[in-house]
Amino acid sequence: MSSFVQYLWLIPLLPLVAAGINAVLPTDARRAAMGLTIATMAASFLISVVAFFKVADGGRLCHNFDWFSLGGGHVRLGWLLDPLSAAMLMMVTFVGTCIFVYSVAYMAHDARQKQFFTFLSLFAAAMLGLIISNSLLLLFMCWEVVGLASYLLIGFWFEKPSAAAACKKAFITTRIGDIGFLLGIVWLAKENGALLFFDNGAGFLEQGALEHLNGLAVGGISAATAIGLLLFCGAMGKSGQVPLHVWLPDAMEGPTPVSALIHAATMVAAGVFLIGRVHPLMTTESLSVVAGIGACTAVIAALIGIAQNDIKRILAYSTVSQLGYMMLALGVGGLGAGIFHLITHGFFKALLFLGAGSIIHGCNDQQDIRAMGGLHGPMRKTFLTYAVGMMALSGFPLLFSGFWSKEAILHAAHSTVGSHLPFYAGLIGAVLTAFYMTRLMSLVFFGTYRGDAEHPPHESPRLMTLPLQVLAVFAIALGFLGTPAWPWFTTWIEGRETHFQFGHLFHLETLGLMIVSTLAVAAGVWLGWRLYFQRLRLTPDETDPLQIVVPRVFYHLEHRLWFDEFYEKTLIAGTRRVAEWLTLVEQGVWVGGIWAAAQISIGFSWLSRCYDEWLINDGFDKSCDSLRGSGKEIADAHRQRLPFTLRTIGAAILVLLAITCIWFGKGGAR
Amino acid sequence: MSWLALLISIPAVGAAVVVWLTRKSQARAWFASLGFAALQFCVTLAVVLMFDSSRGANFQFYEHTPWLPSIGAEFSVGVDGLGLMSLLLAAVVVPFAIAMIDPKTRRPGTMSAWMLLLQSTLVGNFVSLNFVMWFLFWELALIPAFFLVRGWGGPMRAKAAVRFFMYTMAGSALMLAGMAAVYAAAGTFHLPSLATLIKGVTLSSKITALLGGNGVWASCVFFAVLIGVAVKVPLYPLHGWLPATYSEAAPPVTMILTGVMSKMGVIGMLRVVGPLFPDQIRIHAPILMWIAALGILASAWTALAQRDLRRMLAFSSINHLGWSLLAIFAAWSVTNPGVNGAAALNGAMLQIFNHGITAATLFACLALLERRSTDQGGIDSFGGLRAVMPVFSGLWGIALFASIGLPGLNGFISEFLMVQGSFAFSPWATAVAAVSLLLTAVFLLGFWQKVFHGPLNPRWATMPDLTSTERLVIAPTLVLMVLLGVCPQLLLKWLNPVSEYLLSLTQ
Repeated sequence: MSSFVQYLWLIPLLPLVAAGINAVLPTDARRAAMGLTIATMAASFLISVVAFFKVADGGRLCHNFDWFSLGGGHVRLGWLLDPLSAAMLMMVTFVGTCIFVYSVAYMAHDARQKQFFTFLSLFAAAMLGLIISNSLLLLFMCWEVVGLASYLLIGFWFEKPSAAAACKKAFITTRIGDIGFLLGIVWLAKENGALLFFDNGAGFLEQGALEHLNGLAVGGISAATAIGLLLFCGAMGKSGQVPLHVWLPDAMEGPTPVSALIHAATMVAAGVFLIGRVHPLMTTESLSVVAGIGACTAVIAALIGIAQNDIKRILAYSTVSQLGYMMLALGVGGLGAGIFHLITHGFFKALLFLGAGSIIHGCNDQQDIRAMGGLHGPMRKTFLTYAVGMMALSGFPLLFSGFWSKEAILHAAHSTVGSHLPFYAGLIGAVLTAFYMTRLMSLVFFGTYRGDAEHPPHESPRLMTLPLQVLAVFAIALGFLGTPAWPWFTTWIEGRETHFQFGHLFHLETLGLMIVSTLAVAAGVWLGWRLYFQRLRLTPDETDPLQIVVPRVFYHLEHRLWFDEFYEKTLIAGTRRVAEWLTLVEQGVWVGGIWAAAQISIGFSWLSRCYDEWLINDGFDKSCDSLRGSGKEIADAHRQRLPFTLRTIGAAILVLLAITCIWFGKGGAR
Repeated sequence: MSWLALLISIPAVGAAVVVWLTRKSQARAWFASLGFAALQFCVTLAVVLMFDSSRGANFQFYEHTPWLPSIGAEFSVGVDGLGLMSLLLAAVVVPFAIAMIDPKTRRPGTMSAWMLLLQSTLVGNFVSLNFVMWFLFWELALIPAFFLVRGWGGPMRAKAAVRFFMYTMAGSALMLAGMAAVYAAAGTFHLPSLATLIKGVTLSSKITALLGGNGVWASCVFFAVLIGVAVKVPLYPLHGWLPATYSEAAPPVTMILTGVMSKMGVIGMLRVVGPLFPDQIRIHAPILMWIAALGILASAWTALAQRDLRRMLAFSSINHLGWSLLAIFAAWSVTNPGVNGAAALNGAMLQIFNHGITAATLFACLALLERRSTDQGGIDSFGGLRAVMPVFSGLWGIALFASIGLPGLNGFISEFLMVQGSFAFSPWATAVAAVSLLLTAVFLLGFWQKVFHGPLNPRWATMPDLTSTERLVIAPTLVLMVLLGVCPQLLLKWLNPVSEYLLSLTQ
């Protein structure tokens, strides 16, 4: 068994090799690059399937190795295969392959297609490496490379100033969280030594280390809590949790397959994965913070999503909101529920994004939903698959995966011993999600086409619709892995046994929650139906119906609750001001100090010169002059026969002067 | 003749030959200097291959001959893992810099001759084990450096060269005074012997015995030596000579100054300051660590406001080497720092090499950009260059992300080890310094966005991409960045025994 896990690195290595080869291929070798990227990803998927069956019955396999020597020992890294990583591997490789295939058609007209696939391969390698890491250090390294790939792909159309700004913003915003992450890692290294998750009892997720970390108190909280919160900073950045969510909507500047793969299905889920991975380390205190942030994110992002008009941005805010759901689930202790939602969301959100790409493609690069409409006719396949995605995301009862994963989250939030606020946040989020998705569906697919009449919308090529259909099937089917009657997925992730018990569906609490969440969805859909479907938009310029109902609220939501403006005015302006101030200090003090020192030393040299030339030399000359003068006077006086006393005094002065002169003369010479 | 003496003499002889050749043709002289640098590289490689890394921190190729006994001077050379790594760094960066000299520059042959002479003095400093000899090379290095800064570069170069010379000279004078007291107290200038004093009758007690003052004088001597070394690195408030020097000197010169010469300072910390004054570092560690941490933050923050790329990279250099100093202070801040101390010292030493090749490559890329434009590195005058220079932007991008500390490239490992090591002993100072990791990304990616992204500035629409020769020149360090990022053991197998030895001194 362990021999297999030793070769787990093949899964990230294959895409990495593809990235390396693609990087040196000539620019016009598009077919080779595409073929290589898709083939390696598909091969990684096959290995992932094998890996999945190795741990399909639970259990954990790991393999550690020395990386470099440090002090008396070694820094070690390792690979880990457990249900969590197996599930992620399957999702990432499968969704990835679908998206890669889709990209072949979507990017067909781009001149730098080869480079695009190079970056995609690099991303896949880093993401898969992140998943199989058995070391927080290795995970962090892959995490950062994922950030690089995200930077390169968001800025793929770097000629656009907005894309150039967005990729920088994404990298830097996530790096804010990563500083916390890094400090968490080094703190853990200080307290625990090793950074391996599992290492035959010596890993930090195992009993001994956890007890040690829980026992250490730091300023009122345990070290485990503090470290957990620092690691959560990293997860907040990567998974777009409020207040670090601002980069994700802007990241939509990247090509749509990138948004689907990285900013919806896989990379943004890395933060959730991280918290899932280190879940044993998370204490009640740190989990309550996770739940609180997750709940805020779920509601705030869904609210903002209501008032957006760019189809990709709506989905981006929806992603942020759903990531909040996942964090909320982990925070209330529903590890399995959170990861289950991560997986189902990966499929249906990829579906929605690829569908959006298909719509954008069909509407001649139009992204504003106000200028769409009536697409259900000309884009039949896209419409049907999109409808599946929409219903999965909104949580339509029974048939769709999103319903079951959201139900699991609500169940976890409801049965938690802590605060029930996250549960209510989840319900509000469900209403809002159903509402904005109904709005989106109404505006895009129904009514009349409001775009350019000379270029009517058209269905996308088969290479693009096929991945949509595949993903749609999974957006439905996956739900049945985690129903209350047979919660195989959640218990598998949490390492528990499960049996099929149909009766569990009819437990009072379960049934009640299902009804409540169905009502929430129905409320959202009903509101959206009333506002948008019954009064279908006729021109792109009409005022939004919601804006008529609640103009002030809509105004703030439309401006994304001013997060960006707030940061611009405070953090960014402040940073800039300090930088300018430090430049002044640089010129004034550190360089000015040299200047001052130089002036002072010049001053001293001048003084010393004066001393030499004026006091010493001149003094000597003057005294010599006076000596000569006085000698003459004495001679004259002598001639006038002065009294003896005067003569004696004169002689004494002369001697004194001579002594002084000699003394000073020596001083001057010295 | 011994190998190390050979390594000191090859570039010196080379410099003489090259100067002689310049009488006929500057171009031919430049080419000859490249040959000497290549020969030096091969001999260094031979030394690397002969080096036995199983012998731990023992000095190899050791030679010891009395020279001027009256002042404690000896010809004493040898390399441990740290010395070997420094030799390799010099052997990589100097030919790189010589190759980057613009053929159209004034008197390229003379410039390369000075560079060879500089290499000779730097190598001499790296292998010296006697303070007099070490200090001699330390000071001698200033002469070619002065003429290199003075002779080629921007309009203010003369002023910058004088400032550079005087500032570092002032630091050296302090250090010399301090070391004179050390000699008076201990009676030897042999650095390894001085280091072992820690175990017996310590240096500070000897200084106290000589000068009295209950440890105050020992601290004064320590600070004198520390400041002398810290000016060279430089430690933040002592960096006044650096921005002007790095930005006025020609980029190939700056490549050597930041890539190799500044490393004399860090190595001096590890060879002289740390082993001789562990008690003083420990006593003053809290304040020293905070100075280093605030300096790290301030230098990165200052870089943020620079519109001139050279100045930005100059402040970035202060920032990166500041981390080394923070880690070194942290490692000596307690008597038995354990594995975190090892992490700090290994990180600091690894940073010497990593920063050396990364900063040299960044300045080389800058030179290539300036060669193609008339602007002197103003970042606002470009835009969208990635569209016309995909290869150049790709290669520069690798160096850029290495400087940001992206895992998989060399900078990350040393950065991580230094953060780990420093955090263990001074969490708050390290957390403050860690903000600079963010700021570094902000200003480097900000520069990248302005120069390479966005719409193409029509003025540069015909800017040619790298020629194959240029690609070849810039490729080796990029390969090293990836290699060391994935396989840091290549250097750490030399460095770890050195850190173990240095830490064992204080136990």
